This record gives sequence, structure tokens and C-alpha cells, in this order.
Amino acid sequence: MSTESYQLDPHKWVKAYADYLYAYAIRRISNEELAKDLVQETFLAALEKAANFEGKSSERTWLTAILKNKIIDVYRKKSSGLTKDVQQAEHEQQDFFESDGHWSPAHRPLEFGIEDKDHLGNKEFNAILQKCLQKLPALWMSVFTMKHIDDEDTTLICTELKVSPSNFWVIIHRTKLNLRACLQKNW
Amino acid sequence: MGYLRKIQYNCKQATFLIEKKMIRRLTFREMIELRIHLAGCSVCVLYGKQSRVINQMVQELFRSSMKPEIRLDDNFKKELQERIEEELNKH
Repeated sequence: MSTESYQLDPHKWVKAYADYLYAYAIRRISNEELAKDLVQETFLAALEKAANFEGKSSERTWLTAILKNKIIDVYRKKSSGLTKDVQQAEHEQQDFFESDGHWSPAHRPLEFGIEDKDHLGNKEFNAILQKCLQKLPALWMSVFTMKHIDDEDTTLICTELKVSPSNFWVIIHRTKLNLRACLQKNW
Repeated sequence: MGYLRKIQYNCKQATFLIEKKMIRRLTFREMIELRIHLAGCSVCVLYGKQSRVINQMVQELFRSSMKPEIRLDDNFKKELQERIEEELNKH
């Protein structure tokens, strides 16, 4: 067996990982104060759990996993209770399609310049993309990022966010319809 | 409306399958349905293209957030490390 294992060194945590964890959090919850709180909570929770650290993953991976769980808690809180944001977003796209499933003329996808040109790294475009992402209902945003950014297992996402498998696919579909429409409208 | 007609008209279902396909393998039936639809629907072909680009752009946006310009202020970090030291001393 390998004797190599990772050690924890809390004296160096902030210097080594605070910015990384903060950046990780801010993209997923778009709220600076909350992101700061989560970074702090992550370190404090990590101290409490330090005895359970088995050294199988790097400090950064281990801390990120703790942060991830905290972000999921935020998603859950945001998306429980009144799901007004979901209702509103669903309402916005109810006329995307005709009753037979055909695109309604007003919402049909058109070329709007992202198809061939490379927009990666274009600042203006990124700003619009970010706005469109922020407008998504919290639950949709979390399903979308957990799947397409963090590449989490679908079953895990359903369990963590308490959505049924069929609702998972509906959310994935609706999120993209919404994002695409928002980009076409604003770009 | 016949079965084939239904598939040909149903852009809502086709875009649903396009999204599903990006995450997991479609069933044989789903795959056939999507192919039949896309063969006759340039709008959904365009949708699929845009959808893939959007995924790439969102991924890029998240990756770029890992660049050093997003930083915590030094005061906050100083206090945070002090807080950690405090906790360490308790034990």
C-alpha cells in the first residue's frame, strides 16, 4: 500500500485556498457577502472535521467538497418554500411552443451570431451571459451548474436537490430554452 | 395526426431530446425520433448548434472565474486566518 497521504495544515489554509474557494462560490451563487460567509464556514467546518480527514484527497479537494455541500444547502434553501421564480420562468416560456409542439413564430431560434464566431472570452458577451444566468430560478441554476459545470452524477443531483428524475430532465430542458432565448434577445 | 407527423411537428420534444443527448445516451427509439425530426427541421438543427455553444461558453465563463482577478480582500483574509488560529488554540 502507498504510504503517501495528504496532511492538513490549517495555518496555511487562508493563504493557500481562500481565493480559490471564494471564486468557486461566487460563480455559483453570485452574492459576494454570502460567498465570503461560505468560505469562512467552510474553514470552520473543516477544522471540526479535521479528525476525519483520511489523507486520501488533497487539502484543496477536501475543502472544495465541504464548500460544495454548503452551496447545495444554499440552493436548497433558495428553492424551497415559495418557488415564485420557477413559476415566473415557466410562465415566460409557456408560449415558446404551439400546442402541437411546434416553435411559435415569435420564439423560433434565429441565428444571432454565436453559431460560428468564437465568442469565448468576449467580455461583452460574457456579461450578457452572466446576466442571463443570474435571472434563472435558483433551482434551475443549481441543476444546470451541478450537471454541466461540475459534472455530478444525475442521481446525486436529484437526491441532493430533491427533484424527481423526470423533473430533472424538464429542468435541464427549460433552463437551456430560457438561456438561449435570453441570449438571442439581448445579444 | 400520424405518428411520423407528430414527431416531425414536435420541436418541443426534439429540443428536449437534444438536451438529454448532451448528458446521456438516448434510447434507440428516442434516437430515431430525433433523427427523423432533425432531418426535416432546420430550426431545431440550429437550436442544437446554439445549445452546444452555450454549454461551452458557460463552462468557459466558470473556468475564467478561477483566474486570479477574483480575490478576497486582505483584511478579510487576515481576520479569517486569525479566527482559524483562535479555534486551533481552543483545542
